[in-house]
Amino acid sequence: MTDAASTKTGPKIVEPTIFDLSSPGRTGVSFPDPDVPHSELPKSMLRADLPLPELAEVDVVRHYMHLSKFNYSVDGGYYPLGSCTMKYNPKIDEDTCRLPGFLFTHPLQPIETVQGNLALMYQLQEWLKEISGFAAVTLQPAAGAHGEFTGVLLMRAYHKSRGDAKRIKMLIPDSAHGTNPASAGMLGLKIVQIPSDPRGNVDLKALQERCDDTVLGMMLTNPNTLGLFDEHIEEVCRIIHACGGLMYGDGANLNALLGIVRPAEIGFDLMHFNLHKTFAVPHGGGGPGSGPVGVAAPLADFLPEPLVGMLEEGDEETPPLFGFVKPAKSIGRMKAFHGHFGGGLVRAFTYIAMHGPDGLKDISQYAVLNANYLLARLRRTYRVPFDRICMHEFVAEGQFEGSDVRALDIAKRLMDYNFHPPTNYFPLIVHEALMIEPTETENKDTLDAFAEALIKIAAESKTQPELLHNAPSTTQFGRMDEVKAARDLVLCCWLPEDYEEQR
Amino acid sequence: MNVPASLKYTKSDEWFDPASGAMGLSDYAQSQLSDIVFVEVLVEVGDTVEVGSPIASVESVKASAETYASATGKVVAVNKALSEKPETLNSDPYGAGWMVKVENGQPGEVMDSGAYEKYCAQRTH
Amino acid sequence: MTYIPISPKERDAMLAVIGVKTLDDLFKDVPVKHRFPKLDLPPALTEMEAAAELADIAASNENVHGDLISFLGAGIYNHYIPAVVDHMLRRGEFYTAYTPYQPEISQGTLQAIFEYQSLMAALTGMEVSNASHYDGATAAAEAVNMAWAQFRGKRRKVVISATVHPQYRAVIRTYTQGMELDLAGDDADTDLDASPEELETLIDDNTMMVIVQYPDFFGRIYDYTKLIGAAHGKGALVCVVANPTALALFKTPGEMDADIVVGDGQPLGIPMWFGGPTLGFFTTKKSYVHKMAGRLVGETVDNHGQRAYVLTLTAREQHIKRERATSNICTNQGLLALASAVYMSVLGKSGLRQVAELSYHKAHYAAEQLSKIKGMGLCFSEPFFHEFALCVNRPADEVNAHLLEHGILGGYALGQDYPSLKNHLLIAVTEMNTKEEIDTLAGVLSEVNND
Repeated sequence: MTDAASTKTGPKIVEPTIFDLSSPGRTGVSFPDPDVPHSELPKSMLRADLPLPELAEVDVVRHYMHLSKFNYSVDGGYYPLGSCTMKYNPKIDEDTCRLPGFLFTHPLQPIETVQGNLALMYQLQEWLKEISGFAAVTLQPAAGAHGEFTGVLLMRAYHKSRGDAKRIKMLIPDSAHGTNPASAGMLGLKIVQIPSDPRGNVDLKALQERCDDTVLGMMLTNPNTLGLFDEHIEEVCRIIHACGGLMYGDGANLNALLGIVRPAEIGFDLMHFNLHKTFAVPHGGGGPGSGPVGVAAPLADFLPEPLVGMLEEGDEETPPLFGFVKPAKSIGRMKAFHGHFGGGLVRAFTYIAMHGPDGLKDISQYAVLNANYLLARLRRTYRVPFDRICMHEFVAEGQFEGSDVRALDIAKRLMDYNFHPPTNYFPLIVHEALMIEPTETENKDTLDAFAEALIKIAAESKTQPELLHNAPSTTQFGRMDEVKAARDLVLCCWLPEDYEEQR
Repeated sequence: MNVPASLKYTKSDEWFDPASGAMGLSDYAQSQLSDIVFVEVLVEVGDTVEVGSPIASVESVKASAETYASATGKVVAVNKALSEKPETLNSDPYGAGWMVKVENGQPGEVMDSGAYEKYCAQRTH
Repeated sequence: MTYIPISPKERDAMLAVIGVKTLDDLFKDVPVKHRFPKLDLPPALTEMEAAAELADIAASNENVHGDLISFLGAGIYNHYIPAVVDHMLRRGEFYTAYTPYQPEISQGTLQAIFEYQSLMAALTGMEVSNASHYDGATAAAEAVNMAWAQFRGKRRKVVISATVHPQYRAVIRTYTQGMELDLAGDDADTDLDASPEELETLIDDNTMMVIVQYPDFFGRIYDYTKLIGAAHGKGALVCVVANPTALALFKTPGEMDADIVVGDGQPLGIPMWFGGPTLGFFTTKKSYVHKMAGRLVGETVDNHGQRAYVLTLTAREQHIKRERATSNICTNQGLLALASAVYMSVLGKSGLRQVAELSYHKAHYAAEQLSKIKGMGLCFSEPFFHEFALCVNRPADEVNAHLLEHGILGGYALGQDYPSLKNHLLIAVTEMNTKEEIDTLAGVLSEVNND
C-alpha cells in the first residue's frame, strides 16, 4: 500500500487521488455469483489487466467528502457570476427528477408505457412557448451552446429551402459570448462583428451598413452581456429582417425577461433557453445543462427530430396520446434520444409549476432590482462604462487610476471575503471587466455585505495592494501555476508501476 | 521592445527577413500573448505560401492567435523544434523562434523597424 | 415569491437607493406595446402540491424497476447503481457548484474531473481523456470535427460502419451537414454479415476518419487491429465507439491502436432517465490533445506548493478561439462525470469486471434458451457481449406487443433502422436480469409460435 503523503518529494498533497488511495485486494461494492451457467469467454479477445483502483466503500465516501469541502457552491454562498444566473437550486426539484417513474424509464420504450414523460415534455414545450412567444419548441439540445448550434443549423436550413445559398455571413455584436461565433464558425460562416454605441446598444448605423443579402442573420443577446436592454431592439430586428436575415436570440439573459417581454414579440425569430440558468437546473460543477430552442412559425418545420407531439386528442374520458413527430424538413437529430429529460426537463417543469405567471414575473423583477441596487451602491467606487438602468446584471471596470491592481486581483481578493468572484474579462469590450449578476435569490444583507466588500477592496487597492496581488490568502488553495499546467501537461494519473507486486 | 532594423514587419505583427527568407512572430506579439504553450506550424516544405495565408497556430495560457505569411514564396524549411519547445517564441522570437523559411520571398505590405515601433507604441491595450 | 428572500420593506428601501419609485420603473427600456404580457400558465403550486402532481405523472409511466422486466438496450442500459453514487451527487458542494473557472475554490470539482479523466483513460486503454461531451453520439460527431481540424480540410471522406448506432450516425450527419463531406460505408443495403475488414476497400487517401463500434450495434465483438492498421496505412484516423462495461472484460481499442475512443458513459452509474442526460466520453492519444475539444483538467501546483488542478489548454476553447475553435462546446457533463467516477471507484477493478461477466453470462444463457425456441434463432454467429440480434420470424412489433402484455419490455425492433432485419429484435441482458426473468422471456416468446 502506497503511503500517499510521503510517496515522493515534491508538491504537498492535500487530498490523494483515488489511484493514490488504492490498495490491492480491497473491494467496494460487489455483485452476486451468476445464477446462470458460465459461458465460455473468447480468450483471444480478453483484456489482460484492468488498471482501475481498489477501495472499500468507506474510503470512497471519505475521499469524495474531502473533495467536496474544497468547493464553493450556491448552497454554501453567493455567486455573482454575470451571465451564469447562479440562483438557488430548489431541493424539491432534486426529488421530483429522481422519482422512480422517471429514473427507470428507457427512451425506446413503447410510447403507451411512458405517457407521463411525454405529457410532461409536451407541457414544458407549451410553457416555454407561452413564456417566449414562439410557435414551436424543441427540448432536445443538451446545453446552451448546443442550442446555438441548433439555431445556426435552423437558420441555414431555412434559407437553403428558399433556394438562397449566398447567405454566408453572421452578424455578431462585439459583446457576444464566445459560443456565438464558435457556433457560426462550426458551419463555416463568416463572422462580421457589429460594434456597440456609447450607450451600450447595437450601433444601428454600423448594422445598417453591414446588412445585405449575403447575411444569414444576427445572433444577439438581449439584454446583452453588459446587462443592458437594447434601447432600439425593435429597430435592430427590423433592419435584419429588411435584408432578409433571421434574428437569433441567445437566451442566456432570459432571467430579466420572464413576464416582462416575450422575445418573439419584439422581433426574434428563434432563441435558445438555458434551463440551467433561468430555470434553476443546477450547474453541477460544469454540467449537464439543457438548451431547448424556440422558433417562430416559419422555422417550425426545420426543428430537430424527434419533437413531442399530440398524436391523438383526448376527450372527457380519455387523455390525449402523446408521441414523437418528425418535423417535415427537419435538420436532423442533434443528439441521441430525446434531450436532458431527467436532469433538465423535469426540474424546469417543477420550477415553472411552482412559480406560475406571477412567480415568474417576480423572478425577473427582483433579479433586476437586486442588480440595480448593487449598481447604485457601487457606481461611485467602480467605473461603470455604460451607466444607465441595467437589467439583471451590470459590468464594472476592475481597475483604478494610479494603481496596478486589475480585475483578476479584485476577483481573487473577494474569495478572502468568502464570496465567489463575478465573471471577469468578459465581455471583451470592457477593460478589466467585472460582470455582476446577483440573481433574485439573494437577500439584502448578502447584497450589502458584497457591496461593502468590494468597496473595502477598492480602498485596499490603494493602501495595501499586495493584499490583492497575493490573494486569496485565507483559502486552502492559492493561485495556480497555469503555465506549468499547460507546459508539463499532466492530464491523468495512474496506479503506481509496482502496484501489482503488492498484491 | 526588440525591433531589429534588418527585418520587415506586418500590421499583424509578423516579421520577414529578406536576407534569409525567414519569417515569424514579433517580440511585441509574443509579449501580448505571454506564456506560449503550443505552436503548430501549418505548412510543409514544398508548399507555396501567399501573403496573408496562415502559417502557424499559436496558443498561450490565455489567448490564441494565427500567424500569417508575411511574404509569398515556396517553403524550404520549417522549424519543427517549435512544437517541442513553444516557449522559444517567447525567449527568442527573431532567432531560434523562426517559423518558416521561403525562397524568393516576395513580401506583402510590410513596414520597416522604425515605422513598426511607432505602430506598436500607438496601440492601446 | 417562492424563493425570493426580499421583504416588501427591503424592496422599497432598495428602490429608494436606486432612485425609482416602483419595480415597473426599472423596465422603461422595454417597448411599451409588449411590456408585461399576461402569461397563460397555471397558477403557482406550493411544494406540497407540486410534489403530488409530479408523483402522479411519474407513476403514470411503466418503469423497468417495478412494472416491467426489461430486455431493451440499444445504447441505454439497465445496470445497478450503488447507493453511494447518488449520495455523493446529492451533496450541494458538488451539484450546486459552478464550472471551476476559479480553481482556488473549486478543487473538489477539478480533482474529481481529473480522476474521471484518469479512470476513462485507463478503461479505454488510451493516453488522455477530456472532461466529457454531452453524450456518445455528440462525442462521435466531435471526433469527426477533430479529424476535419487535423487535416485542415484537405481530406473530406469519413468511412463509417453500418453497425455504428443508427442515432449516432444520424447525429454525425446533422453535425456535418455544412461541411460537404463524403460519408460512406453505411448504405441501407450494406451486408451486415460482412467482416470489418471489408471496410478497408472504402479507405483511400481522401479518408480522414474511419468509425466503428465495439461491441457493434448488434452486440458483436470484433478485433479491429487489422482494420486500424489499414486505415493508418492510408493516413486516416480511427475512432472506436465503445461500450464502457464491455471494456472491463475485453481487449481495449487502445491496444488495437485506435486514435480516438468515444462512447456513452450512461452504464457507469447514470440512470436511464428516459435517455438523458448521459455522458459522452472522449479519449485519445496525447499527441492529439491540442486538437481535442472539450474541457481538460491538468495537474499543477499552487503558490503554497500544494498539488492542485486547473482547467488547462483553455486557449483551444470557444471563449478564446471563438470562430476558430474546433467546437463551440462550453459545458461538460460535470455532475455525470462525477457519477461515473464514483461508480468506477466504488466498483473498482473487481466490481466492474463482475458486472461485465454477469451481463455476458446472462446474455449467453438467454441466447441459448431463446435460440432453442422453434422458429427463432440468433441472427449472427460472431462472439457477442451482452446484446444479440434474435430472429423471431414474424414482424418484431407483434412479438413485442405480445411480450408487453406479459409485462416484458422486448428487445429493440431492428427493422426501424435496418430494412433487412424486419423480423429481428436486439435483446440486451445485464446483471439486473435474473435467471427467472430470462426463463419467463423464453416461455412467453415460445407462446408466440402458438398464436
